[in-house]
Amino acid sequence: MSAVHGLDLRLEGVTKVYPGVVALNDVSLQIKAGEVVGLLGENGAGKSTLMKILGGLIAPTSGKIILDGQQYDAFDVKQSQQAGIAFVHQELNVFDNMDVSANIFLGREIVRGPLRLTDRKAMNEMAEPLIERVGAPFKPDTPVSTLSLAERQLLEIAKALSMNARLVIMDEPTSSLTLSETNMLLKVIADLKAQGIAVVYISHRLSEVEECVDRAVVLRDGQNVGVLEREAVTHDAMIRMMIGRELKSLYTPPAVPATKPILSVKNFAIKSKPDRTASFDVMAGEILGVAGLIGAGRTDLAEAIFGVGDKLGGEIQIDGIATEINSPTDAIDAGLYLVPEDRKRAGLILEFPTLENVTMANLPAYTSRGLVSQKRQIVVAEAQRSALAIKTHDVRRAANEMSGGNQQKVVLAKWLSMDPKVIIFDEPTRGIDVGAKAEIYGLMRSLADRGVGVMMISSDMEEVIGVSDRIVVMKDGLITGELPRFRFSESNVLNLAVGKVLEEA
Amino acid sequence: MQKKDIGLGILIIVVGAIVYMRNPLFLSPINLGNTANLIGLFGLFAIGQGFVIMTGGIDLSVGSVIALLGVLFVDMVGKFGVPWPLAVAIIIGLGVLIGLAHGILITRFRLQPFVVTLCGLLIYRGIARGYTAESTAGFPFGSSYPQLEWLTIGRSFGIPHSFLAMLIVAAVMWVILHHTVFGRHLCAVGKNEEAARFSGINTRFVTVMAYVICAVLASIAAIYFAMFTKSVQPSSHGNFYELYAIAAAVLGGCSLRGGEGSVIGIVLGAVLLQELQNLVNLLGIPSSLNFAVMGAVILLGVLADQQFAAYRTRKNTERALGLLQKS
Repeated sequence: MSAVHGLDLRLEGVTKVYPGVVALNDVSLQIKAGEVVGLLGENGAGKSTLMKILGGLIAPTSGKIILDGQQYDAFDVKQSQQAGIAFVHQELNVFDNMDVSANIFLGREIVRGPLRLTDRKAMNEMAEPLIERVGAPFKPDTPVSTLSLAERQLLEIAKALSMNARLVIMDEPTSSLTLSETNMLLKVIADLKAQGIAVVYISHRLSEVEECVDRAVVLRDGQNVGVLEREAVTHDAMIRMMIGRELKSLYTPPAVPATKPILSVKNFAIKSKPDRTASFDVMAGEILGVAGLIGAGRTDLAEAIFGVGDKLGGEIQIDGIATEINSPTDAIDAGLYLVPEDRKRAGLILEFPTLENVTMANLPAYTSRGLVSQKRQIVVAEAQRSALAIKTHDVRRAANEMSGGNQQKVVLAKWLSMDPKVIIFDEPTRGIDVGAKAEIYGLMRSLADRGVGVMMISSDMEEVIGVSDRIVVMKDGLITGELPRFRFSESNVLNLAVGKVLEEA
Repeated sequence: MQKKDIGLGILIIVVGAIVYMRNPLFLSPINLGNTANLIGLFGLFAIGQGFVIMTGGIDLSVGSVIALLGVLFVDMVGKFGVPWPLAVAIIIGLGVLIGLAHGILITRFRLQPFVVTLCGLLIYRGIARGYTAESTAGFPFGSSYPQLEWLTIGRSFGIPHSFLAMLIVAAVMWVILHHTVFGRHLCAVGKNEEAARFSGINTRFVTVMAYVICAVLASIAAIYFAMFTKSVQPSSHGNFYELYAIAAAVLGGCSLRGGEGSVIGIVLGAVLLQELQNLVNLLGIPSSLNFAVMGAVILLGVLADQQFAAYRTRKNTERALGLLQKS
């Protein structure tokens, strides 16, 4: 193993423009050997884009990458690897059907002999010191399927070291770790630092960031908002920097104030945190925002309420009546609908015509003498098309010929053609352009004004604060707080999302 | 009619014309009648296979089901004197049970369709051979069942009743697939099970029903085959029939990924397969090459279809881009 020589990596004025969105705007970042740099920002602040540029997955629109004094316009994946940049991803990229050393040397297997058979012995011998360096308890021939999540992460770090990594980028490495595992990881980071390896640490867990970084770089809306040096890295300073912009007001007040709960969720557990439970109400006529950081369990909760997957306990009342929901069919029969997060996977069938998608959940209503009447399907689909301003010239055309915003309207049309009592929107405007966003907000409001309970899960702070009548914040499967409209602020939401208790207003 | 069905129809006519030019016997009433009979027999269970394939699954047990139920039917009617309507009902009932077993193992126990029905293939064939102790099951000498024979191997105006039965089944299944709630749900489950489930469709029920339909049509085919061959040799009767069914469904435009297919296509697929068999016979190609010809034609057909589809997608994209640039 050759000694790593010192890294000096600078990004200068990096800008990345996507059609309609500026993901990064004139961002600069410097990373030196043996430094731990925290990268902070809300969901969508541009952290992932920046890391993808470092990994060579995307090229910046403008700006420079300067590595060891040499200047690049963009990296490709190979250059990034040669520069010694390695990633430890949130979703681990390990193969649990192989052992540890096979994972470390995947794609670079050591072979010998004329038949080029893999040399397990040599690989195991080379893996040994790497495993030691990350302080992992497993052996080179341990099957990965027996490793815990934390151990798999160490394996990824060992793999990075095997590629002579000089910079290890960790994206939310502790989101699924226990406290003691987290401490172990922080110790490994300190060891890496002592060995002269640089670390970029991306995390929403501010206390860990506070503990391990030399410098914290904060991004907001794709821009550098500041750098905090070691002593200045404190919880409050970081939160102040992450927020602190004027939010555009999107808010339209409800026509009638909400009074009675239309959906009551009591002691609901979710599959990723089976030992925690959440309880809350959605009022008829209100838009309830559900905020939280990615991984807080909001989607799991929504799907559990909707009857997807196995139920882990908890009660639901719809309109005051206890309702047993064991499948989406039960939920739909009770008037509880879900607009899922992943539109293309779970929201609609892309290859199907609009009219089939709109009528799919309620097809028996379109039959006469057992046969589906396309005429009636078209009548309803056309009515929804004009009501929601879905842009297609023919409802018989497939949904995949439309834009994301229009596809989302088709998903909505499916539920609006029925009789909604409660609609859960999970990230309703993800990947949708600004104009369509405003239309969807308008639709949510008019639904609420018709007496429907609207529950909106969103990771977009502007959206949560701008659209909701009330916000509940979730962290690790628990509701950590509830905010009435007059207490809406980015810092209140963010503090609850990272698990801080708010002082009473 | 979908575009694919029309293409397949044209292919059938072209192949037929070529065979006719080389050997005019192709259009003789006797040859047409015999071929129609085979199309009917194979088409019956190919339609069921198509339904399973449309859910994204597969049923490998069809040939063995035809052997086992064939043996049982012949024995019930020929040996134990069970009145034939009752025997027919029992056989179809067994078909329902077999389909339920497959469907439940696949949906409740989450086993892969390939594995479940492969085991079925082995088990049903094994039971058929064990039950008969490898001896051929046949009707007693001189016995006759006029009504049953009229229904199965009889002809009206020279048209074999097996073919008519297949047409009736095809018509019913066409209505079910394209015009009932169940049929639309079947396509939805095959195309995107997740989205179907999120729309409140009972995806398990739909999948189980597809296997039940497949096994029931196989059990009806078993009766027709048993009456056609008059005796059932348990180790060879129905061998490879599941592959004929899969081939017909794939030729007919069913995607093994699920969600796509039409009843007309499957029937045309069964027609083409029998036409190819006939071609081998009539053109004096050694019958040992029979499978090779079939395999080659299916391969070419699927390859050509893929190319056409890619071409259409390209054309569509170009047109869409053109529209965008204009606006």
